[in-house]
Amino acid sequence: MSKKTMIRPYGDTSGDGKIQLSFSLPVPPDAFGKEAARLLLKSIGFEEIEICGVRDLREGYTHFIAYAVTSAFVDPANIKVKVVETPVMDMEATDAYIRENIGREVTVVGACIESDAHTVGIDAIMNMKGYNHRYGLERYQWFNAINLGAQVPSEELLRRARAENADVILVSQVVTQKNIHIKNLTRLIELAEAEQLRDKMLFICGGPRISHELAIELGYDAGFGTGTYSTDVASFIAITLAGRKIDKQINR
Amino acid sequence: MLKLTLDETAKQRARAAAASIAGAFGWLFEGYSSLTIERTVLRLMGIDGALKDGKPLPNVVVDHLRVAQALDKGAAIPVANAMLAKSLSAQSVAEAVAKGDLDLAKQPQAPPDEIFRVLEGLADSMLCHIAKQRATRENMFITYGPRRVPAIYVIVATGNIYEDALQAKAAASEGADIIAVIRSTAQSLLDYVPFGATTVGFGGTYATQENFRIMRAALDEVSEKEQRYISLTNYASGLCMPEIAAMGAIERLDLMLNDAMYGILFRDINPQRTLLDQYFSRMINAFAGIEIQTGEDNYLTTSDAVEKAYTVTASQLLNEQFALLSGVKPEKMGLGHAHEIDPELENSFSFELAHALLTRELFPQAPVKYMPPTKFASGNVFKTHLMDAMFNLIGQLTGQGVQLLGMMTEAIHTPHLADRSLAIENAQYVFKAVKDLGSSLSLAPDSFVNQRANQVLGEAAEFLEGVAAEGLFPAMARGEFADIKRPETGGKGLDGVFRKHENYFNPFLNKMTKELGL
Repeated sequence: MSKKTMIRPYGDTSGDGKIQLSFSLPVPPDAFGKEAARLLLKSIGFEEIEICGVRDLREGYTHFIAYAVTSAFVDPANIKVKVVETPVMDMEATDAYIRENIGREVTVVGACIESDAHTVGIDAIMNMKGYNHRYGLERYQWFNAINLGAQVPSEELLRRARAENADVILVSQVVTQKNIHIKNLTRLIELAEAEQLRDKMLFICGGPRISHELAIELGYDAGFGTGTYSTDVASFIAITLAGRKIDKQINR
Repeated sequence: MLKLTLDETAKQRARAAAASIAGAFGWLFEGYSSLTIERTVLRLMGIDGALKDGKPLPNVVVDHLRVAQALDKGAAIPVANAMLAKSLSAQSVAEAVAKGDLDLAKQPQAPPDEIFRVLEGLADSMLCHIAKQRATRENMFITYGPRRVPAIYVIVATGNIYEDALQAKAAASEGADIIAVIRSTAQSLLDYVPFGATTVGFGGTYATQENFRIMRAALDEVSEKEQRYISLTNYASGLCMPEIAAMGAIERLDLMLNDAMYGILFRDINPQRTLLDQYFSRMINAFAGIEIQTGEDNYLTTSDAVEKAYTVTASQLLNEQFALLSGVKPEKMGLGHAHEIDPELENSFSFELAHALLTRELFPQAPVKYMPPTKFASGNVFKTHLMDAMFNLIGQLTGQGVQLLGMMTEAIHTPHLADRSLAIENAQYVFKAVKDLGSSLSLAPDSFVNQRANQVLGEAAEFLEGVAAEGLFPAMARGEFADIKRPETGGKGLDGVFRKHENYFNPFLNKMTKELGL
C-alpha cells in the first residue's frame, strides 16, 4: 500500500500531522515547566512542538496547551472494529418486526447495577419518555420493559430476570472511576454463568465509556456507548432474538 | 433592572398550598423517631469510633437498645442511666456495650432528675461547641468580607480525601468560594456513616467526620492565605441525614445538601423516614448556621426541563416550608434549580432566563443554588464549555446565590485539575464581563420571558393546590413528583422508624427547638 493512502492527522494541509494537546504536569508555570512539557511531547515522538498555552493551576501544577506534529500514521488495512451491525429501525418498524418474526412480547429487565446511582442512561433507553424524540422501550407495544433503577445488586437483577423469564438483561454503567464499571460488569456475567443464566438471555451493557468491543471482551452480546438511542438497542434485540429463534429451529 | 412582573395572587396561592402540605406532618415530627436520629443523639453526646469490622459505635449502641426493646424512650436516657450506674463517660459506655460487657437494659434505674442533669450537661457542652463553630464562621466572614454573588462552587471527587484537599486548595487559590466533596456513589443507601480518613471511593469520597476535619483544615489554611473565607459543603442526605448534619455542625461545614424529598424520589428511601430525618437534620443545620441546599436539578435531569419546569418551583416552595418548620432562616435556604434545557431548542436561553429569574424573585432572600448543564453535556468538551459560559451569563445577570460551575468534561469523568481551572476561568470572565448588565436591562410585561415565568408559576400553584387537596404521600404514591411512584410504606428504611414513648426524651431536639424559637 502506498504511503499516500495512509491516515494521518489533518490541521490545514493534507498529511501535516498536526495534533492539538492539553495536559497538566506537576511543574511550575515558568521556563522550566514549559521545557518539561516540550520534552514530554518530544519523548512521545512529536516534532515541531509549540507550547502555546501555559496556565498556573496552583499548588505546584501547570496546564499546558500545545500543538505538535506527529509522523505516525495508520494503515487503513489494519483497522478492525467490532460494531453492532444490525440495521436500526424506528419504533413502529421494530414492533412490526417482533410481531412478525418473534410473535410474542419480548421481556427486557434493565438496571444500573451495584454502586452506580446514575440512571440517566438506562432511563433514556427504557423509560416511556426516552430521549431526544426516541421513545423508550416502555412505549413499544412488543416490549415488556422493566426498569429496576439505580444501585441494584447483580444478584437482585438476575433474580428478577429469572422470575420474569426475561429475554434480555440491560445494564447501564455510568461511573467509571478506577474502572469500577469493568468490575461490576464482570461480576454480573460471572454470577450469570454460575447461575446458568448466561446463555438463556441476551446480555447488553451501555454507558459513556462502553464500546461494543469492550462488551464482547467482557462476555456480553453487545455494548452501546455515547450517542445510542432506544432505537439502536431495540433493533438489535429484535433482530438478534429473531435470528436465535431461527437458529434453534434449525437445530431441532 | 432585570425584573419580572409576577402574578401576586398565583404567588400567594402557591405558597399557601405548600405551607398546608408541609404543615400536615406534625403527627410524624412529634410522634416518631428513627434509628439515625437516635444515632445522632449519641454522636452529639460524644460517642464516636467504630469496631474493627467498620460498624460505628453509635450503630452498635442503637442496635443493642433496639434488640433489648429499650429504644422507644430514645437512646439518650438509657446511656445516661448507664453513665451514672457505672461512673463512665458516654464513650466508655458505648465501648463497654460493644465489648459485650454492659447491658443497657439491665442497669439500676437512676433518679430521673439525675439523668436529666447528666444529659443537660452533655447537651450544653456540645451545643456550646457548635455555637462556637458558628461564631468562628461568622467572624471569618466579617474579617475577610462576604462571599461573592454568585459564589463560585466547584466539586472535588477523587475518592481520596488527601488528593481532594490538594485539588480543593488549588481551586480555592484560583477563585473558588465553595468546595463540595462529592460522596462515594453508594453512600446515600448506607445506614451508617463510615469512620476515619478514607482514600478509596467511587465517583466521590466518603463523608466521614475525619474527612470533614481534614478538608476544613485545608480550607482554613487557604482561607488565611487568600484572605477570603472558603466554604465547605457535603451531603446530609440518604439514610443518615441527621448524623451527617451533626458531623458537619461539629466540624464547621458551611453548607449542606439537605433536600426534604430528594431521598424519597431519587434514592427510593421511605417517605416517612425521609421527612422525619430531614426535620431533625435541618434543625441541626439551622442551629449551626449552616446554609442548606436543595436538589431540584434532579427533576430536570429525569424529565423534560421545559415541560416539567413547574415541578422545580413546586419543590422549591415545599423545601422552603419544610425548612421553616425546622427553623432554617430564608437567607440560609439555598433552593436549587438547573440549566438543563435542550440546547437544540430555539430560544432555549430565553426559557432558562425566565426560569432563573422566577426562582430568584420567588425567594429574594435565598442564596439560590444554580446547577449547570449536565444532561446535554457531551463528549464534545468544546461545546460543553460554551454551554457553561451561557449558564454563567444567566447566573451573573440574574444574581443567583451560588453558581455550581459546569465542567467541560461533565459527560466524561470526574473533573481533572485543569478542567476545574478552566471552569473557574470561564466563570470569572463572564461574571466580570456582565457584572452590572442586569441593572441596565428591563423586561416588558408582555415579553416572552415574563410570560413564561408567570406560566410556570401558575402551573406550580395549580399543581401544589392539587397535592394539598390530596396529601403529599398519596400524591407521591401516584407518581405526581418526577414521574416516579413512591408509596408511603415502600422504599428503604421504614423499619428504622419507630413511635415515640410518651416519656421519649431527646435533649438536643428540645434545646434546639427552644433556641430556634419553634
